[in-house]
Amino acid sequence: MAHHTEISHHAPEEEHPTTTGINNRKLLMWVFLSSDCLFFGSLIATYMVYRGQSLVGPYPVDIIDVPITTISTFVLLCSSFAMVRALAATNEDRQGAIIFWLLTTAVLGAIFIGFQVYEFNLFKTEGLRIDTNLFGTTFFTLTGFHGAHVTLGIVWLLGLAWVAKRGRLGPKTALDVELAGLYWHFVDIVWIVIFTLLYLIGGFDTGPAGDPSLVPHSITGFLGLI
Amino acid sequence: MATLTDVIDRPTSQSGLWSWITTVDHKRIGVLYGVTAFIFLLLGGIEAGIIRLQLSVPDSTLVSADTFNQMFTMHGTTMIFLVIMPLSASFFNFVIPLAIGARDVAFPRLNAFSYWVFLFGGLLLNASFLTNQAPDAGWFSYANLTEKPFSANQGLDYWALGLQVLGVSSLAAAFNFIVTIVNMRAPGMSLMRMPLFVWMTLVTSILLVLAFPVITVGLIELTFDRNFGTNFFVPEGGGDPILWQHLFWVFGHPEVYILILPAMGIVSEVLPTFSRKPLFGYPVVVFSGVVIGIMGWAVWSHHMFTVGLGPVAVTVFMITTMLIAVPTGVKIFNWIGTLWGGQVDLKTAMLFALGFVALFIVGGLSGVSHAVAPSDNQQQDTYYIVAHIHYVLFGGALFGIFAGVYYWFPKLTGKLFHEGLGKLHFWLYFIGMNVTFFPMHYLGLNGMPRRIYTYASEFGWDGLNMLASLGYLVLFVGTLIFIVNVLISLRKEPDAGHDPWDAPGLEWSIASPPPSYNFAKIPEVEGLDHYWIVKRRAAAEGRPVTEPEAYVDPSTIHMPDPSYWPLVTAIGVLILAGGMLFDTGWDYIRFPIPFIGGIICFIGIIAWANEPPAKEHAGGDHHAEGGHGMEHHPATATAAVMERPAGAGAGAVTVRLLCSNCGNQLSSSFRFCPYCGGAVESPAEPDHQEG
Repeated sequence: MAHHTEISHHAPEEEHPTTTGINNRKLLMWVFLSSDCLFFGSLIATYMVYRGQSLVGPYPVDIIDVPITTISTFVLLCSSFAMVRALAATNEDRQGAIIFWLLTTAVLGAIFIGFQVYEFNLFKTEGLRIDTNLFGTTFFTLTGFHGAHVTLGIVWLLGLAWVAKRGRLGPKTALDVELAGLYWHFVDIVWIVIFTLLYLIGGFDTGPAGDPSLVPHSITGFLGLI
Repeated sequence: MATLTDVIDRPTSQSGLWSWITTVDHKRIGVLYGVTAFIFLLLGGIEAGIIRLQLSVPDSTLVSADTFNQMFTMHGTTMIFLVIMPLSASFFNFVIPLAIGARDVAFPRLNAFSYWVFLFGGLLLNASFLTNQAPDAGWFSYANLTEKPFSANQGLDYWALGLQVLGVSSLAAAFNFIVTIVNMRAPGMSLMRMPLFVWMTLVTSILLVLAFPVITVGLIELTFDRNFGTNFFVPEGGGDPILWQHLFWVFGHPEVYILILPAMGIVSEVLPTFSRKPLFGYPVVVFSGVVIGIMGWAVWSHHMFTVGLGPVAVTVFMITTMLIAVPTGVKIFNWIGTLWGGQVDLKTAMLFALGFVALFIVGGLSGVSHAVAPSDNQQQDTYYIVAHIHYVLFGGALFGIFAGVYYWFPKLTGKLFHEGLGKLHFWLYFIGMNVTFFPMHYLGLNGMPRRIYTYASEFGWDGLNMLASLGYLVLFVGTLIFIVNVLISLRKEPDAGHDPWDAPGLEWSIASPPPSYNFAKIPEVEGLDHYWIVKRRAAAEGRPVTEPEAYVDPSTIHMPDPSYWPLVTAIGVLILAGGMLFDTGWDYIRFPIPFIGGIICFIGIIAWANEPPAKEHAGGDHHAEGGHGMEHHPATATAAVMERPAGAGAGAVTVRLLCSNCGNQLSSSFRFCPYCGGAVESPAEPDHQEG
């Protein structure tokens, strides 16, 4: 199709009036996020129900490394800041800044995923797999689905960056960025809940017998890696 | 990827197979939903027939226990997920945009996607028959019967994956209808002017959005348990099978209202139309529906009274369950109040609506009887429960749906059903339904457990079982009569006119069948029962409405164009889910096929996102994106054609109808005031308003 039509069909121009004045796509995204709340809510509920119910180790206290995940959490929260800047740049039509902030968001998200891959592998070598005990079962399922959400968000952001590179993002199409932003911030907020429950609160859970042979392992693992 | 949408031209066919495969028209998608779900109804009916045939005599050896387990599992799953829900979705699709004065749903392509995913989910579920491993753990598949040691074949994987796919469909449809109802209403249609069916669709969609993620998680956990060795529901690993029951019923009880609320909405449309009276206490009925939707979340454990939750939990859920009978009862009284003093016209649709009210009361009362935990302990897992669920889902939901079929068929096709055959269908269903399911109350209280594949004669269950099986035959014949009626009616010349029932809804103001654009001019809604207001005023002015909105050239109205991509994406979803059934057993790439499905999904979504909702028209006249053809633009060249008498909008003349007794202002003309029962004054003198 000719270039001018490409621009036009990506530009909603003046929005068509809706009953509530809220854009249809934005409303759709909010409704989707409400649904996703229940999705994570159910996974978190499963984790909470089974907290401390593992019959065999490793237990959270043996394996959860709060400091290192604090770093990855910080990275993910920074990505939300970059996301906000990307939307602002779109509204201000600063083409270079749009691409820069979108890519920054995606890269920060990818770093978070990198930490998660490292953590999963570390747990695996330390003997915690998804079928080891209830902690492994619930931990990998919950954080895994969160990681999948982040990965999907990264793909979305890269797609947007590609669109931006062709000069098709701007104030008129800011909604495209805003929707990705809503999703991204939501996934971030979910992580704050997960981090609080699985790491800060549940990360020091011991097994039913409080097996003393397993030494709590924390930042040492991270230092060893360095 | 824009190149992809360049290379592959947009589908353009307006008729023939491809036009149906690529359609994004909500009316056609409604038909697709309806026909597909009806075929699944026949399939589920055949499964029910095998069950009834097996149970008609004691010590029957017609089918094995295994086959019997597969039959009742697939019967329940099919009827709930592949029949009642999609039949409701069929009405959402066909009716909602018409009833709120919109040209289509908010996201027409997402709507097509919902349909295809539903179809593929249904096929995936039933593909289990082809490999002779149909799921066999009952429609709620209690753990740990569903774990690998007890269900070694792949039946439960088909079940879990099939339901996941169907969940995607339901969620996409629910997102779409929430946005459509909230955002696409015609000017003047405030929330409290929405027809009851629209309200119930909104509540149902919200329930879907919030309930389906819970079962999604439950199914994920089940799939992981079966395929990845997790311990969610495995007691040996510390897991708790009761968690499955909680997850299932936290979804499952709202699901019950997802099944019944649309039927309640349909009945709330049909009863006023054929009583020639507005719905009695409209705001209260709306409120009751919303309250049912909210309270439906607080009753799930009444499915688990015998699990051993402890007296406190049981008492709490007993009380909430009894409380939810209150808004339901309120609705029943409002429906009866609607009939009271009305000019009741017993057309087939009305008969089904009345049948709904009657049978739903029976099902509701038996429901209250097992809300009482001590009594439920006696009824749990007996045929008493089977009787109850069929009174609310067959006598309730399905009767409501058939009321809708008879009510809206003339709008869909322009043709009236054969009334005689319709009434025969109703009476066969009404009698057959009671003969089949009423004896089950007695069977259950006499101790016959559900899901047994045979029984000994000494139990004394022979006679009633035979009676129930004979009732099935009556239902079978009734279904055949309905099919014959459809075929006969479709061959007729159009004879319905645009408004055969003198109905109050917006959808009756346009031609039958509706033109592709629905409304040439988006109506200005003047009140609840808008079309009654318009017609009564016109009649009072001596120029009654006899014609629908005039036809305009569809090319003057921007409508979303057909698209391949919803179908492509849906195929990707099917391969993604179905591919999970093929476990290679290799490290790292145990499941290669889902990756292919994922890639197809990805391509479909990218192409979809790059494709404008409507093709560019010459002259750069764009109405694409966001509006999706729904824009309330002053339809070019339509205003001149508009010659509807008393066209709504500017310069309207309003007639006030007042009750001579209580003075309430009434929205249409009828003989008795719905508020106080007093006689109604003849129309007061017209109150001219300047535009």
